Amino acid sequence: MKNTAAEGRGLSQLRSWLINPVLNKEFTLRMRTPRSMWTLFFYLLALGFIMFSAIYLTQSLGGNSRSFNPENSKVLFYFLAFAQLGLIAFMAPGLTAGVISGEREKQTLNLLLTTQQSSSTIILSKLVSSLSFMIVIVLSTIPIYSMVFLYGGISPKQLVLVFLFYVYIMFVLGSFGIMFSTLLKRTMISVIATYGVGLFIFVGTAILFYVVMGVMQQMSYNSTNFSYGWIGHILAWNPIAALYSILEPSLTTEIYQMGYSSSGQKKPAIQLWQEFMLIYAVLAALALWLSIRKLRPRLKK
Amino acid sequence: MSIEQKLPEEYDSQAGDQRASVPMIEIKGLSRTFGSFQALKSIDLTIHKGTVFGFVGPNGAGKSTTMSILATLLAPTAGYAKVDGYDVTKYPHEVRKRIGYMPDFFGVYDNFKTIEYLHFYGASYGIPKAEREALIPQLLELVNLSDKKDAYVDTLSRGMKQRLCLARCLVHDPELLILDEPASGLDPRARIEMREILRELKAMGKTIIISSHILPELAEMVDEIGVIEHGTMTAQGNVTDIQNRLRVKRFLQIRLLDRVEEAEQFLRDRPYVNRLLRDEQGIQIHFGGHDAEQSELLHALMEAGFKLVSFSEAQTNLEDVFLEITKGGDDVQ
Repeated sequence: MKNTAAEGRGLSQLRSWLINPVLNKEFTLRMRTPRSMWTLFFYLLALGFIMFSAIYLTQSLGGNSRSFNPENSKVLFYFLAFAQLGLIAFMAPGLTAGVISGEREKQTLNLLLTTQQSSSTIILSKLVSSLSFMIVIVLSTIPIYSMVFLYGGISPKQLVLVFLFYVYIMFVLGSFGIMFSTLLKRTMISVIATYGVGLFIFVGTAILFYVVMGVMQQMSYNSTNFSYGWIGHILAWNPIAALYSILEPSLTTEIYQMGYSSSGQKKPAIQLWQEFMLIYAVLAALALWLSIRKLRPRLKK
Repeated sequence: MSIEQKLPEEYDSQAGDQRASVPMIEIKGLSRTFGSFQALKSIDLTIHKGTVFGFVGPNGAGKSTTMSILATLLAPTAGYAKVDGYDVTKYPHEVRKRIGYMPDFFGVYDNFKTIEYLHFYGASYGIPKAEREALIPQLLELVNLSDKKDAYVDTLSRGMKQRLCLARCLVHDPELLILDEPASGLDPRARIEMREILRELKAMGKTIIISSHILPELAEMVDEIGVIEHGTMTAQGNVTDIQNRLRVKRFLQIRLLDRVEEAEQFLRDRPYVNRLLRDEQGIQIHFGGHDAEQSELLHALMEAGFKLVSFSEAQTNLEDVFLEITKGGDDVQ
């Protein structure tokens, strides 16, 4: 009897630890707005449209529409994987860049800040609730992926890895979104800043890579034994390259050995996507730490 | 470090005895600047437990800034503020447990029912569900919202939202209520309802600090008032003391049939007339004398041949005190 009571208490403690009041409120309210339904609807519509266009294109371009070419389905899967990554890059800032500033604008934040909830509970609950919704959206796209599976050529491991990568990129962009939402007063500015950072991560780093590579190649013509192998690490900041290195592991070696003379080549210590994850783990943790510190005014002198 | 370890020294032993003597609010040299603007200039204020304190002052005087500091939402630039002995900057967690804060402007979440709203804040204060189940109907009863428990909060009227916010302040049974303009934007009926609720809270022994233009109506329930202007406390004490500190004893309203300008000049030269205003109603004077002097003034007016329509005494109230302090700078001692 005593044990049962203790277990019950333990369970309720676990529940209250897992689902705190802020998280509970976020879950409840998010699912009550029609906006969530429409977000899901348009997301699936966009991805479905991209998918069917891609299937149509590969089939009609492939010439022989009666045979299933595993290579074709691999291209389709890659295409879908990158399309989904692009959609996530659009969705994540939109869903997170207003979570704190929105409360500030609605004048509910001060009421929340005078409760016993700690700053870290508030920030992390906001992140977890936004992430959960994004995960629901991404998981709901699995039937679209299953169409690609009909054609064969993709391993379940790859699919799982790609989905884990999505969760990670959502976490990273979500952390940046929450940071801007906490630091900047207006949601509009916070959304713009988050999209700006997103754009830099996705496009800016790639441009930077090509510019630096051009400069380095020029320099290498003028001197002998000039190696610039480190420029591969610039691509480790780019999520598209990181996703590609999951799909094609040989990419890591190709990129990291670029710029070395054949004698200087060595096996890379970690994969490109692993380096990507390390870099952004630090940055996302920094963003969350900053959000937690800046949510409430610094009272101690 | 546990909360117990962080408690200030005075709580280490004989906590019970000492707590009773600790003022609910103790503010010393409190200052706050926003860039080059000095919102608070070294304010001192002490409010004892069970007191209802009216905070009076024009817009931008520093009332909301003081209240935000007490609510742990703003750090002071200099000085300190203590709630029940806890410094707001050092023990914000302890302070939050003890205060119920109602800001001058607040919003509500969409798609949230009244009862869920209170459950959410109750849970945010760490109140177990079973306790909340018993407590929330009582709170809704107190603020007359029992019939709205399943209504969505964003559909409630402004008065109802104000009352709901007051119920939210009370959900963790705080000892101190910080109410910033709780009656702003309410119609007279809603104001009366709010006043009745505040009266009940006073009877429950809560310490209340309230800033409001409802103050004239609250005159009989406010124990003390503090007047703040341009970030400094210009007067503080109980209502009668403050009224006595001002030279205004009574307001006289005089209506004449004609020769109003002449009468105005005549009144200006009379003793005990501190201030004179003229409007469509006639002449209003702030009179410093008592009954005998008032009678002499009336007699003098009659003797001078002025045709009086009425000569009446208006009751001085907190609003007059407020206007006197904030507008009539010359006449305030």
